[in-house]
Amino acid sequence: MSNNSRQNGSDSTARAGGENGLTPSANLKPVQVKLVLLGEAAVGKSSLVFRFVNNEFQENKEPTIGAAFLTQKCRLEDKVIKFEIWDTAGQERFHSLAPMYYRNAQAAVVVYDVTKAASLDKAKSWVKELQRQANPNIVIALAGNKIDLVQPNEEGEDDSESGRQVPTEEAKAYALEAGLLFFETSAKKGDGVRDVFTEIAKKIPLEHIISRPRQVNNNSNQINVIQPPGANRNNGGGPAKDCAC
Amino acid sequence: MVRLDEQYDVIVVGTGLTECILSGLLSVDGKKVLHMDRNDYYGGESASLNLTQLYRKFRPGEEPPPELGRDRDYNIDLIPKFMMANGELVKMLTHTDVTRYLEFKQISGSYVYRDGQISKVPASEFEAVRSPLMRLFEKRRAKKFFEYMQNWREEDPNTHQGIDLNSVPMSKVYEKFGLEPGTQDFIGHAMALYLNESYLNRPAREAYERIILYISSVARYGKSPYIYPLYGLGELPQGFARLSAIYGGTYMLDKSVDEIVYDSNGQVCGVRSGDKIAKTKQVIGDPSYFPGKVQKVGKVVRAICLLKHPIPNTDDVDSIQLVIPQNQVNRKHDIYIASVSSSHNVCAKDYYLAIVSTIVETDNPEAEIKPGLDLLGTIKPIEDGCKDQVFISCSYDASSHFGTVCDDVKDIYRRVTGKDLVLKQRLRQEEEQREIGET
Repeated sequence: MSNNSRQNGSDSTARAGGENGLTPSANLKPVQVKLVLLGEAAVGKSSLVFRFVNNEFQENKEPTIGAAFLTQKCRLEDKVIKFEIWDTAGQERFHSLAPMYYRNAQAAVVVYDVTKAASLDKAKSWVKELQRQANPNIVIALAGNKIDLVQPNEEGEDDSESGRQVPTEEAKAYALEAGLLFFETSAKKGDGVRDVFTEIAKKIPLEHIISRPRQVNNNSNQINVIQPPGANRNNGGGPAKDCAC
Repeated sequence: MVRLDEQYDVIVVGTGLTECILSGLLSVDGKKVLHMDRNDYYGGESASLNLTQLYRKFRPGEEPPPELGRDRDYNIDLIPKFMMANGELVKMLTHTDVTRYLEFKQISGSYVYRDGQISKVPASEFEAVRSPLMRLFEKRRAKKFFEYMQNWREEDPNTHQGIDLNSVPMSKVYEKFGLEPGTQDFIGHAMALYLNESYLNRPAREAYERIILYISSVARYGKSPYIYPLYGLGELPQGFARLSAIYGGTYMLDKSVDEIVYDSNGQVCGVRSGDKIAKTKQVIGDPSYFPGKVQKVGKVVRAICLLKHPIPNTDDVDSIQLVIPQNQVNRKHDIYIASVSSSHNVCAKDYYLAIVSTIVETDNPEAEIKPGLDLLGTIKPIEDGCKDQVFISCSYDASSHFGTVCDDVKDIYRRVTGKDLVLKQRLRQEEEQREIGET
């Protein structure tokens, strides 16, 4: 797991609508990146995002209701990435996640629970599905969540930890083999959460995205109609006038 | 965790567009919704399928030929429809914010077949002047007719020119402006999108609404009145399903619906799947889940064709609607051709998809769509066993856009909730989140 947060990390000031604390990179136009969360029910997908976006944790959080997607900016030295983070809205519970969900996603965080071996198997099947159906350039991060539930085993001579069902090395080896970023996280304590998003931000092939921006239209009386190059954008199209930045 | 044997307010069976819109609206209203589908994909009859799913459905036991390319590149609509840019479905999408999950493209042109030729339905005055569909004097008459339509205001009798659109049949309105049968044909069938001639004897108000919808839809984006979602129509039910899920709706695909359960008073009380019964007060579903309760009212024949070229004589554009009015081919119902292509992310690069459909009038439906197939140029045989890439399915719905779907949604919504559907803007999620973040 990567512990060094060399970069400025994520920026939550933009959400509050302020321009405060912006570094010289503030004049960079944020690049919008659609990021989807995947993983078995109750592994902590929403908590991970809640920690990243609000730096908080809710105990006994109910299954996800009510949010279409959250946005959060992540600033690196040379670019600003605005993550549009999509939650499953519970549709994964009965294996009913719509393909529309990961359509055009440029990044995915596939989450499992380090205290539940079966959740890694489920994560692997999501990775397979993404590699089969999603955008071929998608950046995928594997995140083993709930490391706060793992206790070092006191009388053990080996490295075993009580509660852990997925050894770090095993998951790491799989991630390496499948070409994924790998992290272990605790949404509850906050460990490793920022790194997931910062490392994804670094790995996103920006040239590719800049050349074909997703035109999210924030004026809800209009519909996202893609105009051919050179067409008069009198309606529908146009770059997103997004958020408070 | 949600379980099947819980109590729901509404159980929706089938994930077609109508069902998904209703599921979304009802979840937003705060109802506890369970939504099930027997298939392992969203959309029911209004799904868009990849090659594997398409072959499983129409050519069981056959593998898609490898030269068609990757499975993920295909999203083939089972039912071809385009969306009117100014239509009711667009309103439903924007008012529920579902539009944020989707992207659309214009359909490049609306065409009509007449006297053996394919012509573009004029999308501007400039195009109208050059259109071969009318001769010079007829163009003047048509111009007067359209001016009358666009200026007509119900509350202003000065704009009525002595005709009451609410009572006078459409045939009389054509007569007043002296429009030739050929002109009536393209106005009635390619603009008002009537599938047969019965509208001529009905009050003109309905045709007026349709013509104005067409004109105002063309005015929105310019080339044609139609827009189409990238990745196919199947994105629409998925979008509304997500809306429902976001508001707490529970989704179960690949779930057999074995019985609709009624109580001793004959009221519905549950839906059985296997040995589990989910309890509910109301059930909504598509006809295929209620075989005993529906009656066949008509049959539609459709051919899904994969082409290696655009439809000939349509300016090589990437997408069209082509209407063959019934008069032109001695039928009672029009033949429709809807064509989209790889630029809509529905098929592999350099392929074009054309769906020919009409309402069945004889016991040889394949022959009925031949006039449409003949306009497609060579339907390339794509090797072994797949012959012509023509897949035929039957269903109930032949209209070319979503007006009837929306009417259906409103009607069912009223019957389920006891109130009319009022589309109001829902608070944007991002704003909600931001508000929470600030407090």
